[in-house]
Amino acid sequence: MRTRPAQNTAATPHWRRARAVQRVAFVALGLSTGLVAVTSLVVVGIILARGAGGLSWEFLTAMPAKGMRAGGIFPAIVGTLELVGLTIAFALPMGVASAIYLTEYAADTWVTRLVRLAIVNLSGVPSVVYGLFGLGLFVIFCRFGTSLLAGALTLAIMTLPVIITASEEALRSVPMSFREVSHSLGASRWQTVRHTVLPLAVPGIMTGTILGISRAAGETAPILFTVAAFYLPRLPQSVFDQAMVLPYHLYVISTQIPNIPQTQRYGTALVLVLLVLALNLSAVVLRARFRRRRQW
Amino acid sequence: MVASDAKMAAQEWSVWYGATQALRAITLDILPREILGIIGPANSGKTSFLRSLNRMGELNPRFRCAGRIWLDGKDLYQGLDSQQVRCRVGIVFALPLPLPLSIRENVVYGPRVRGIRDRRRLDQLLEQSLRAASLWDEVKDRLDLPAMRLSGGQQQRLCIARTLAMEPEVILFDEPCSGLDPISTAKVEETMVQLKSRYTMVLVTNNTKQAARVSDRVAFFLMGELIELDRTGVMFTTPRDSRTNDYLTGRFG
Repeated sequence: MRTRPAQNTAATPHWRRARAVQRVAFVALGLSTGLVAVTSLVVVGIILARGAGGLSWEFLTAMPAKGMRAGGIFPAIVGTLELVGLTIAFALPMGVASAIYLTEYAADTWVTRLVRLAIVNLSGVPSVVYGLFGLGLFVIFCRFGTSLLAGALTLAIMTLPVIITASEEALRSVPMSFREVSHSLGASRWQTVRHTVLPLAVPGIMTGTILGISRAAGETAPILFTVAAFYLPRLPQSVFDQAMVLPYHLYVISTQIPNIPQTQRYGTALVLVLLVLALNLSAVVLRARFRRRRQW
Repeated sequence: MVASDAKMAAQEWSVWYGATQALRAITLDILPREILGIIGPANSGKTSFLRSLNRMGELNPRFRCAGRIWLDGKDLYQGLDSQQVRCRVGIVFALPLPLPLSIRENVVYGPRVRGIRDRRRLDQLLEQSLRAASLWDEVKDRLDLPAMRLSGGQQQRLCIARTLAMEPEVILFDEPCSGLDPISTAKVEETMVQLKSRYTMVLVTNNTKQAARVSDRVAFFLMGELIELDRTGVMFTTPRDSRTNDYLTGRFG
């Protein structure tokens, strides 16, 4: 620090105290930030250090062998990707449609406020409750059995609140004046949404959706009763098949089967982390690209 | 009284936003191919009246109205569909508000939502409207650039072109020059005068001098009431109401 001469005003007790408080605040804030950064780095670092050795072409593309103590995790990767794809297919249209209805069409009455409150509360429901709900509704009542379909629907319901909230936020951030202009040019409400509001909200909607889905992709509890197979060394043939999925596979090999090589476990964890990371990264890239294209 | 030759007419027209009354029983005619200026201090109901003329007011959920407005002898609020009304009665807002699209897409937005798909027809509308808004020569080489890149005055003329592309019968201007420098203002005014041969126009303005320069007749609004309506020359030289005189001479507002 540079010291400056003739700081008469700065030397009064009031200013000196303010500066001391500021310094303490800086240190506290900096430490908290550092702690967060270090924690996440350590987690990723440990997984990387112990899992990287297990990563190989065979690990990624082979079926599990010897009671999952050897071989690869190919079916779990494929299962996870299929599950995520199906979940997006269910959750995205429904979530965006509800968000459009809530922001663009529904009047601000106590009913819509209640609906909004319900949506916000849904995002606070523990994931295992979603799992039980999916078991009751899709697996048993709808007779989908333990299947990709039942699991994807369960995950979709779990992600819906995130998608709806993010989409609503994105739609609301489009300035009112653009809607007015569109209406003034003879556009209907739907044309205004379709041609003016939605294109501007897409980046926000995409980002929110991907973040919601990437969280769902790592969940174990909702898929536990609805889709996950303990050991299934083949790929699912239809949406009514069970599938192996990464989070549940990780849980199984970490807790249910003794004498599993460490690389097998941490390798699986690493693949899961990389998958989620890739999803999040794609959200960032998408957002950046859209931002460059549209500006106002 | 509704004159039979009026393009538009308001009869006992009142507007409320929630419990606040913005307009009190306005009755006036808008004649074909005239520029009707509306002047008055802030909160006098000028803009509320303007937005009633193409049913933009009702986009506000607290909007309520009473009375009638006629367009070519048809009741605007009962005989006609709101989208149809907005195509026939275009509006240019106070701030230049291009949509975050290209220049071309901005101009053909109206024709497109009306269902015109033919490229040749759209291109023709594009050129014709930009020429009429005296913007064609400045932008003809960069029609696909974002409209936001234009200067403020160009953006406002783009908004005029966008309104013209809907081929309206009446054009409403809501303080169209409030954000513009004097040169851009002059260009916009020039455009308005050129358009007079084909369109009926209503100009709401805070600038009494602009009303004097551009309009054929002037209406003075105060606190939601129509105080006086007369030919521009008469209004600015011998106003009948003392409140008009006070406003024009700058004693309030």
